Amino acid sequence: MTEAEVRAAIFRALAGVAPEVEPDTIDPKASLRDQIDIDSMDFLNFVIALHEMLRVDIPEVDYPKLASIDRCIAYLSAKLRA
Amino acid sequence: MLGADMEAGTLVEWLKQPGDALKRGDIIAVVETQKGAIEIEVFQAGVLERLVAKPGEKLPVGALMATFAGEGETAIMPAGPPPPPLKPPTLPSPAPTMPRPAPAAGARVRASPAARKRAGELGFDLAGLTGSGPDGAVTLADVEARSGARPPALAAPGAQLAMRQAIGAAMTRSKREIPHYYLSTTVDFHGATAWLEAANRDRPVTDRLLYGVLLLKAVALALKQAPEFNGYWSDGGFRPSVPIHIGVAISLRQGGLIAPAIHDADGKPLDQLMREFRDLVRRARSGGLRSSELSDATITVTSLGEQGVDTVFPVIYPPQVAMIGFGTPAERPWASAGQVVARRLLTASLAADHRVSDGHRGARFLAAIGNLLQAPEQL
Repeated sequence: MTEAEVRAAIFRALAGVAPEVEPDTIDPKASLRDQIDIDSMDFLNFVIALHEMLRVDIPEVDYPKLASIDRCIAYLSAKLRA
Repeated sequence: MLGADMEAGTLVEWLKQPGDALKRGDIIAVVETQKGAIEIEVFQAGVLERLVAKPGEKLPVGALMATFAGEGETAIMPAGPPPPPLKPPTLPSPAPTMPRPAPAAGARVRASPAARKRAGELGFDLAGLTGSGPDGAVTLADVEARSGARPPALAAPGAQLAMRQAIGAAMTRSKREIPHYYLSTTVDFHGATAWLEAANRDRPVTDRLLYGVLLLKAVALALKQAPEFNGYWSDGGFRPSVPIHIGVAISLRQGGLIAPAIHDADGKPLDQLMREFRDLVRRARSGGLRSSELSDATITVTSLGEQGVDTVFPVIYPPQVAMIGFGTPAERPWASAGQVVARRLLTASLAADHRVSDGHRGARFLAAIGNLLQAPEQL
């Protein structure tokens, strides 16, 4: 899976919990929670959507590694390669 | 938000026809209200006789919608506000969520149940879509195809205004009529947090628990010993409720909030509560709350932990008589056995109706919640 595909999956998962988000307006380096109004239920649904789309297991202790778009891409890409 | 504040609804469509045999809980109609579309359920078994209300018609709360031949003839009405807990024949109250970009009068989008469900999960609205199914019905494939596209998320300004007015009406009534008193206490949440982390370590992501369900369950169990906080004020007196239906305050993305109930929360294991909690939040935000969920809550819980709030000072939802608020769990200094240690703490607060209870009982109720949270494995 290419980085662009992982990125697209992340934004699809994000659209499921925060449909108003315009991908272009998100700073990929900055914290998602600082940019988007998501609560823990939204975040859980985001992680579930990633899990279902990409078939990767994401333990709760790894949640901090999903803090920004760039970190999501790095983390998920590594998981997919493993 | 709970029935106290709805004045009228517009019938969108009938989902059942005269002659249909109905059982309790069947959804017979969809009504658009100030808080979005809600599904109207029947409260007892019987046969639908005649449809009185017509799609597109605006109905005041309590209006006759249909006649119903059942065990004892009754009429079905929509949105009757203060949830009469023991009176079956009327239908309930207010509404959910996601004000949708107003569909043309009465026209509800045709969509397969799977498409509707998926759209709900993805949080987007089917209104205005024409699908590839029979009669332009939206299919699951249509939804999937669009799921990457921009969903129309922003509510129509009129719908937002209506929700704000509904909240304003209920809260004004609360502040005018209910003599609130407030208590708060600090709960040691350290053990519960550790227990939850350990429990989630072994769970697939789809089965993980949020700490909020521990709070809901603790409140539900504590109410068994504190019946004066569970029920309604109506006709000048307190009507305690035996069932414990916990209203959960859910904020909506476009602004506003709604507090649908999780029924019989005291008797449900945490896993089931979590599933229902997730489902409730999803439906609150994407449409599809049921009328009973909006009228049945016997107490409400709000958790503003996400926002870093220390203490919540709740405003009771009439006709309920109490509300519990939780602040953010945070690590703080805590003195124990002569030592100051860092522990994860949480503030629990209570707003209660002085016509029904006093601070002494309220304090015991809050303490019971705190104690229950010390043994999360027993929740």
